[in-house]
Amino acid sequence: MLKSLDELKEIAVKYNNSSNILKKRVIVCAGTGCVANGSLKIYNQLVKKIKEAGIDCIVELKMEESNESKILVSESGCQGFCQMGPLVTIEPDGIHYVKVKVEDVQEIVNHTLVLGKPIDRLLYVDPLTGEHCVHTQDIRFYNRQSRKVLGLCGHINPSDIHEYIAKNGYQAVFKALTEMTDKDICEEITYAGLRGRGGGGFPTGRKWELTRIQKSEKKYVICNGDEGDPGAFMDRSVMEGNPHSVIEGMIIAAKAIGADEGYIYVRTEYPFAVRRLKIAVKQAEELGLLGENIMGTGFNFKLHVMEGAGAFVCGEETALMSSIEGKRGMPKPKPPFPAQSGLFGKPTVINNVETLASVPQIILYGAKEFRSCGTENSPGTKTFALTGHVANTGLIEVPFGSTIREIVYNIGGGVTLSDGTISSNGLKAVQIGGPSGGCLTTEHMDMPLDFDSLSGIGAMVGSGGLVVMNKDTCMVKMAHFFMQFTQNESCGKCIPCREGTKQMLALLEDIIEGRATGETLDILEELAKAVQKGSLCGLGKTAPNPVLSMMTQFREEYEAHVIQKKCPAKQCKALLSPQIIPEKCKGCGLCVKVCPVNAISGVRKEAHYINEELCIKCGACLETCRLNAIVGV
Amino acid sequence: MSSHNGDSLPVRKFEKVCEILKSYNYDSTKLIPILQTIQEEYRYLPEDVMIFVASSLDISPAKLYGVATFYAHFALEPKGKYVIKVCDGTACHVKGSNPVVEAIELKLGLNDKKHTTDDLLFTLEKVSCLGACGLAPVVVINEDVYSQVNPQTIVEIIDKIITMENNNAQVA
Amino acid sequence: MKKTLEINGKAVEFNGEKNLLEVIRKENIDLPTFCYHSELSIYGACRLCVVEVDGRGVQASCSLAPESGMKVRTNTEQLRNLRKIYIELLLASYNHDCPTCAKNNNCKLQELAYKLGVREIRFKRNQEQLPVDNSSHALLRDSNKCILCGDCVRACEEIQGIGAIDFAFRGAKSVVSPAFGKGLSHIDCVDCGQCSRVCPTGAIVPKSEVAEVWKAIEDNSKVVVAQIAPAVRVAIGEEFGYKSGTIVTGQLIAALKMLGFDKVFDSSFTADLTVIEEANEFIERKTKNENLPLFTSCCPAWVKYVEQYFPEYLHNLSTCRSPQQMFGSIAKSILPDLLGKKREDIVVVSIMPCTAKKVEARRPEFSTDGLQDVDYVLTTQELANMIKQVGIKFENLSPEAFDLPLGFKTGAGVLFGNSGGVSEAVLRYAYEKISGQILDNVDFKEVRGKNAIRETSIQINGQMINLCIIHGLKNAKNIVKQIQNGEKHYDLIEVMACPGGCIGGAGQPVYYDEETRNNRTKGIYDCDKMLQLHKSQENPYVADLYKNILKEPNSEVAHHLLHTQYKSKKRIKEGAMELITSDSSKLQVSVCVGTNCFIKGSQEILKKLINYVEQNNLTDVVDIKANFCMENCDEGPSVTVGDKLIKKCSAESAIRTLEALVSQIA
Repeated sequence: MLKSLDELKEIAVKYNNSSNILKKRVIVCAGTGCVANGSLKIYNQLVKKIKEAGIDCIVELKMEESNESKILVSESGCQGFCQMGPLVTIEPDGIHYVKVKVEDVQEIVNHTLVLGKPIDRLLYVDPLTGEHCVHTQDIRFYNRQSRKVLGLCGHINPSDIHEYIAKNGYQAVFKALTEMTDKDICEEITYAGLRGRGGGGFPTGRKWELTRIQKSEKKYVICNGDEGDPGAFMDRSVMEGNPHSVIEGMIIAAKAIGADEGYIYVRTEYPFAVRRLKIAVKQAEELGLLGENIMGTGFNFKLHVMEGAGAFVCGEETALMSSIEGKRGMPKPKPPFPAQSGLFGKPTVINNVETLASVPQIILYGAKEFRSCGTENSPGTKTFALTGHVANTGLIEVPFGSTIREIVYNIGGGVTLSDGTISSNGLKAVQIGGPSGGCLTTEHMDMPLDFDSLSGIGAMVGSGGLVVMNKDTCMVKMAHFFMQFTQNESCGKCIPCREGTKQMLALLEDIIEGRATGETLDILEELAKAVQKGSLCGLGKTAPNPVLSMMTQFREEYEAHVIQKKCPAKQCKALLSPQIIPEKCKGCGLCVKVCPVNAISGVRKEAHYINEELCIKCGACLETCRLNAIVGV
Repeated sequence: MSSHNGDSLPVRKFEKVCEILKSYNYDSTKLIPILQTIQEEYRYLPEDVMIFVASSLDISPAKLYGVATFYAHFALEPKGKYVIKVCDGTACHVKGSNPVVEAIELKLGLNDKKHTTDDLLFTLEKVSCLGACGLAPVVVINEDVYSQVNPQTIVEIIDKIITMENNNAQVA
Repeated sequence: MKKTLEINGKAVEFNGEKNLLEVIRKENIDLPTFCYHSELSIYGACRLCVVEVDGRGVQASCSLAPESGMKVRTNTEQLRNLRKIYIELLLASYNHDCPTCAKNNNCKLQELAYKLGVREIRFKRNQEQLPVDNSSHALLRDSNKCILCGDCVRACEEIQGIGAIDFAFRGAKSVVSPAFGKGLSHIDCVDCGQCSRVCPTGAIVPKSEVAEVWKAIEDNSKVVVAQIAPAVRVAIGEEFGYKSGTIVTGQLIAALKMLGFDKVFDSSFTADLTVIEEANEFIERKTKNENLPLFTSCCPAWVKYVEQYFPEYLHNLSTCRSPQQMFGSIAKSILPDLLGKKREDIVVVSIMPCTAKKVEARRPEFSTDGLQDVDYVLTTQELANMIKQVGIKFENLSPEAFDLPLGFKTGAGVLFGNSGGVSEAVLRYAYEKISGQILDNVDFKEVRGKNAIRETSIQINGQMINLCIIHGLKNAKNIVKQIQNGEKHYDLIEVMACPGGCIGGAGQPVYYDEETRNNRTKGIYDCDKMLQLHKSQENPYVADLYKNILKEPNSEVAHHLLHTQYKSKKRIKEGAMELITSDSSKLQVSVCVGTNCFIKGSQEILKKLINYVEQNNLTDVVDIKANFCMENCDEGPSVTVGDKLIKKCSAESAIRTLEALVSQIA
């Protein structure tokens, strides 16, 4: 049980001393993506092969001075570059290997660990320059980022609290508990300008202050880790890779508002996050950093980890609290706000993972330091999940105010076209904020991204999903995809969301299937606005965002679907009439065989033709033709 | 329940439920973790167990049913070991997915209301277009895709699975 | 300090209103709502009460607290369009076969679609058809007409404390459903029908028996007699343009005669009889100080509730049958002689404000030789429909009088329609009986009032009688729990499930406001005032009945005809949980783990039994099951071994019995 700051610092010094003298340290990424690609097998193989090479291999760092000859093999949380996984890093050389296989392990041991040489074929190759990158910092995906919240993710072993302490962990808690009043903390966070990273961007300091001033015997702090947006996984990475930063942020929040109990609500689809958080809570309890009389300060904070049960809407704060209370996760009208009446009717602060993980640094290094990057109204950094048609997909962190150009072309390495090539100008749009967000086009390439600029154009930071789309993407189908998601996840409580999203989906289907008219677009727009205005909770209010923003930015494309009955991106099958190019057709008859409705006929070895009246536009013939003689027009 | 797939008999079913309830202190606000633990135990949420849980936690069974059906993670019916998905998209429909469905139903004694066999070996699901119209009609069993099936071939495929399962059971 | 806000440019004072919606409605602007009921909690789902608030945009006024200086607009183009489109969406998704719906003309969806000017449905009608729940004798549930406002769910939970129905599934698949999608008759529903009363559409309606009644009327071999419950006469007028609370007894009798009823009697007659039986029962219990407090038993929903939830209090329920069932029993006993007909040719039809009465009439203990004492139960609504069906101009009818003898009543019998009425009627009798003095002022104002829980003490002859009058089963549950804990002590508890008592029953004409209910309550008290006699003991025809048949209150024959017994009931009908194996050739052991037995330690018994069976290698001969309720709750824990039921069982006695039976088999 730790009783003072000195004891905490002593652990840090001892641990760093023991760690610095290690012969080498091998870090195997054990984020969800790398584990799925077999990184745990690589981990085991490394341990085995190092031992076989007669080297003293350890898997857990003991605080002692005889570590000089040892190699530590440790897991880390998500390093962000999931597409290139499994990732293996060797310290202190900083050698960064990508797409490592079990078969490569022997060579890594022989060459890199024993001889200290990098293995060329395991290095990342820059797709634009063809350059081999030895170190993490040579890779553009990493070196253009500024990783603060994600800073320790991928470096430390999330299952060893000492590593976090060695990086000044829990010092912010000690400062908050001994040197600051609850009011000081709220003021510091307010001054830092920290805004909620979960979507809305509400000032965190103000939220805390509103809860702090409530008079109540019982208050709660909740960490919202129910990240459900398809294609966003920044919260997962933080919980998996640096769980203690979240716990530390929660203790500080608890002190700020006067709470003595808290919940981390994690979606059930994140088993690693749940496991590591539970380990982290247990270790923190053992060291006296959680529970009764934290570090001898007299402050108590009991923390529970709760797993969700598969409902996107539980990301909405009132729904999430209902879920913790053992009820259906249905949102409630606000007011009353959680600050007044939250979990079990008590004043409650509920913050997202990334927000809470940002807190310890603000407390420890000061609000001024936090404000040193980002923009005036959106200070600090933001993590984004970069996916879609982009060369480097993965998790990134950049200061607020960065541009799409920087993110897509520099960090992302360019847009990938449908034929797999990488282009520096093939961008059509970027969907930001997932199913609640909006889309940005080439005209927004140089707009600084922050809370206000995005809401100004009908998009939002949202959870931070960034989906890059190339020229072959149909914006109606994209809108349909997001609509399908929100419609499926609507809780069903209020009329606009339950009925409205269903009908919006049906209207989008009409457009895709070629049944729509010009009036369809008007009805869709009217309905989307009605859902946006009148829905009970954030899920419903933001569900129409993708449709509305895509309809605004790509009006001609929507009109082409309903008026000319054409899909300019050639993605909507029902709007494509397969046609045989007689010059290319050799009359092999393959298409005749696959056609489910016998719409294709012709004499063998001569050009065939398609009977348009029979054709159901299923596209089977298009996929079958080996000569590309059938095209959709 | 059958012991077809080698599961142990539910000898201590009730005791297990009581243990779970006790470990959560019979606290009705812990309903979701309680149901999660029960589902881990039985692979789904059996009705009789849920009625018992409701009365033990002093909440109405309808409320518990509401919670169990709200969250996608909870299953109220056991699914079979093999999930047969028959594509009912336009192309497959035209190419005869219905006769395939009927053949499967006849073979396994399933119908509109009953989707899973009593021995928990098969579950039949009709799904919308799988996007493989050129292979119509398409049937997917767990991960395996079967193309251009007809009432005869689908029965042969199912027979093969049943034979394999029987052999495995004998070996075990 | 005066607080004001601005509604549509006009300054409006407010003071203590719960929400902005109430303030707006007070200003004579009737914002539409589906999910807002002043008596239920705020739900905020229908979004029809949206308003524009300066600086805050579109907000639902039901969940917004009024604040000084707020600028609110209720009528802008945006708001009109939003409300219209929400109605349009509902119409696209739900069955709206208005002409054939039981709620036609009383449906809020229909009314609002018309009022808000929805004249076309631009959206696809793409809801899949769901099965109709026809299982209950009281209610019919059609999810295809449900707009998911949740009023029924909250009524069941917040008024009755049961939660028999709740939301199930999610999103567009959401439905309101009993547990596990079962029928209403298979679950813990007590048939009170408050869900149907608050339903704004036709998704839950009282089950109709009109067709069966027509059939009986048209059968020449039958004599069809009606009994009219007190609460009907002050409410049915609403269906014919009368103000709520207007007493239309005379026209009602005339209309029934025109419909073809041979005799029209009054349930208030048997209410008088109930008073005498129940008051004597009460005095006896009070004297012996046993089975107190006495629970009234007129309300079948309450009776079923006690049977399901408080089996240990079954002995507290008055053994008196309800006035409806006393009528059935008496009518079928005396009318054959009076009318010269065979018993089986007498058809008793009740006109009731209640849906639970339909189920009560079907309770097996209320049948004689396989024939129900009360054959059919029509709600006030159903009778009004029959009257309209044949084109009777109700408002033009000349009043007629009840037939004798079963149509004569005192004011006490009429009071049964109100919450507090049974207590008052019993007090009017008990006072004279206990004190031996004449009661001059018959009004016991102490038991009247609007509060859902009313406590009072009345002194008779130096003896204090503590009463509690309750409406709403949730309130009743709380009081019983307080009695259980020893926090409260009463002599008599009157419980009516419905708000305001029977006048607020689910079979009454559809109403959504409290004023209607208050007017009906007043109507009942007016009825009492207008009658010449006010005490049940003064009813000469009741006296005759005692003289000729019943002899004296609580006599053996009275017990046979007018009293009943109660039995604990399980809440959900389902099978047992198999614990070891399922093989009927084995010795079956089953342990009740229903709530009541569970509390009394049945879990421990079960554990020990399983251990015993396994340790003694008996798994091949013995089958152990956990059963959810054997309906012997008052004498739990219950265990059956083979055919043998062991009440108040202990682990030791269960094992002893098992040992004996196993050795027999061996």
